[in-house]
Amino acid sequence: MNSHGTVLRVSGVNKRFGGLQALSDVSLTIKTGEIYGLIGPNGAGKTTFFNVITGLYPADGGQFELMDRSYEPRHIHKVVQSGIARTFQNIRLFKNMSVLENVMVGEHIQTHVGVWGALFKTKAFRDEESLIVQKARAFLAYVGLEQFGAEMASSLSYGDQRRLEIARALATQPQLLALDEPAAGMNATEKLQLQALIQKIRDSGQSVLLIEHDVRMVMGLCDRVSVLDEGHLICEGVPQEVQNDPRVIEAYLGHGETSQ
Amino acid sequence: MKIFKLHPWVLVSALVLLVLPLVLQPFGNAWVRIVDVALIYVLLALGLNIVVGFAGLLDLGYVAFFAIGAYLYALLASPQLLESWGWLQDHYPLGLHTPWWVVLPLSAILAGIFGVLLGAPTLKLRGDYLAIVTLGFGEIIRVFMNNLDQPFNITNGPKGIGGIDPIQIAGHPLSKKITWIGIEFNSVTLYYYLFLITVLLAVVICYRLQNSRIGRAWMAIREDEVAAQAMGLNTRNLKLLAFALGATFGGVAGAFFAAFQRFISPESFGLMESVMVVAMVVLGGAGHIPGVILGALLLSIVPEALRYVATPLQELSSGRIDASILRQLLIALTMVLAMLCRPQGLWPKNKSGGLR
Repeated sequence: MNSHGTVLRVSGVNKRFGGLQALSDVSLTIKTGEIYGLIGPNGAGKTTFFNVITGLYPADGGQFELMDRSYEPRHIHKVVQSGIARTFQNIRLFKNMSVLENVMVGEHIQTHVGVWGALFKTKAFRDEESLIVQKARAFLAYVGLEQFGAEMASSLSYGDQRRLEIARALATQPQLLALDEPAAGMNATEKLQLQALIQKIRDSGQSVLLIEHDVRMVMGLCDRVSVLDEGHLICEGVPQEVQNDPRVIEAYLGHGETSQ
Repeated sequence: MKIFKLHPWVLVSALVLLVLPLVLQPFGNAWVRIVDVALIYVLLALGLNIVVGFAGLLDLGYVAFFAIGAYLYALLASPQLLESWGWLQDHYPLGLHTPWWVVLPLSAILAGIFGVLLGAPTLKLRGDYLAIVTLGFGEIIRVFMNNLDQPFNITNGPKGIGGIDPIQIAGHPLSKKITWIGIEFNSVTLYYYLFLITVLLAVVICYRLQNSRIGRAWMAIREDEVAAQAMGLNTRNLKLLAFALGATFGGVAGAFFAAFQRFISPESFGLMESVMVVAMVVLGGAGHIPGVILGALLLSIVPEALRYVATPLQELSSGRIDASILRQLLIALTMVLAMLCRPQGLWPKNKSGGLR
C-alpha cells in the first residue's frame, strides 16, 4: 500500500434535517495508513457526518471517493462492500449470538457459498466454513478475546464488547475502519487498552477514522485531526496545531472577553 | 457440529419412532392419525421457524403457503378441474392424476414464489406492522380460495375439493393397507413413515441452514438489522430468501395434507391455523430446532388428547361444560402458564451454547 495515497476523499458534503443545517460543505481527505481524528463539541455534526459517509443517512450533496473510486453512500451494506466498516457509538452487537459467531458474520461479504452449498455440505462449503472459523479466531486473538469465543456477546464486559465490535468490523476487511466514539462510557483502564488496540491496528497498515469526544485521547492517538463546529469544518492539521488554534478554543470554550 | 453421533440414545429413539405407529394401531387409527397430523405441524413449525426464529420476522399469514401447497395438489390430482372445465376431459380421459413426486416440488416452488411475493412489500416493516401485513396476506389467500368458484370454478369455493388422489408409492396407494412379514400396516401408518422421513429431512435442512453463513446472517438480522447492514449484509435479499425457504416447507406440508385428508376446504386454512403455528414456534423456543419440534408436538397432540380428558369432565358436570370449549380453555391456560414460567420458550437455545 502506498503511504501517500488517499483512502477517503469527500468534498462538499451537505446534510439538512428540517430547518437545521447539520453539515455544510464539509470536505476532508484521509490518507492511507493514518489515524484521522474528527472532533468537535456536542452537536457539532460528528456523528451525522459519520452516518452520512457510511450510508445510514442519505447526503443532500457531495462527492465521495474511496481508494480513488467514487461511491454513493446510499445503502449501508454497499458502503461496507466498497470498503468502509464502522462501529456504533452505542454498541450494537448481535447479543444472542456467540462472540465467535459475531465475528463470523463480519466475514460474510468475504465469503460466497450459498444455500445449495450449505444444504449439500459441498466441499466448497466445508472448506469455506473452516476458513471462516479459523479467521474469526484469528481476529478474536488480535483484539485479545480468544478465550471468550463461546460466550454470548451480551455477557462480555463493556470494554470487551467494544473490542468485539472492532474485531467484527475488521473481519469485513475494510479499506477504512471508522470508529464512532469508541471510548464513550469507558473507564480510564479500558481507554488505555483501547488506545493501544487502535495503535496496533494502525501499525498493521489499516487506515482509521476516529470520531471522539475525548480530546486527550484524540490528541495522543491521531496523525491528523479536524474539528467540526456547527456543521462546518473549522480547522485541520496535526494535533499540536489544532490544539492551539484560536478557532478551536473558541468552539470549545466560547468567546473570550477580549473578542466581545 | 455433528448432529447424528451414534449414541445409544439415538438408536433407542429411532427404534421408538419406527414402532410407534405399530403400537398405536391396535388402539385405533385415530391415534396414529393424531401423530400424522402432528408431524405435518412439525413440518410447518420448522418452516415458520426459518422466518420467525432465524430471521426474526413475525409472520402471521404462514398458513397461506400451506393452503397454496394443498390446493395445488388438490387441483392437479382430483376430478375438480375436469368437472368444471369439460374441454380438459378430452386431454385427460383417465382423469387428472399428477403423481406426487411432480406436485411436491411444484408446490414447494409455488409456495416459495408466493413467499417472495409476500416478502417484497414487507421488507421495510418490522414487528407489529409486519405481523399485520402478513396476517392480511394469509386472509387474502383464504378468501381467494373461498371465492374462486366463479366466474370460473377453480377451487369449488367453500364446498371444498374432494376425491383427491392419495399418495402412491411404487404403484401402491398409501390409502390402502399393506401386510408385510405378517405385520399389518394401516394407511395412517404408511403416511406416518412418509411424514417421518420428510420431517427428518426437514430437520437436517434446518440444521444445515442454521450452521451456514446464510443462517448466521439471518440471525444477525434478527438481533440487530442496522448492525447487520453494517456488516455488509444485503438484508433485503436475505429476508426474501428466508420468506421463500420458509414458505417451501409450508407448500410441501400442504400437499401432504391434501393427499392425506383427500378433502380440503378453505376452512382448514384460517387465521387460527397461522396463530397455532406461530404459537408452536414461540412456545417451543423460537430459533431452537428441538424446541420448535417439541412445541409443535405439544400443541398438536395435547389438544387431541384433551378430548379424552374433557369428555369425562363433561359427563361429571352433567353436560354443562362443553368438551370443545373446555379443551380451548385448557390449551389457553397451558400456554399462559408456559409463557409466564418460561418466556423464552419451553426449550430455548442454551445461553452459552453458541458455536464453541
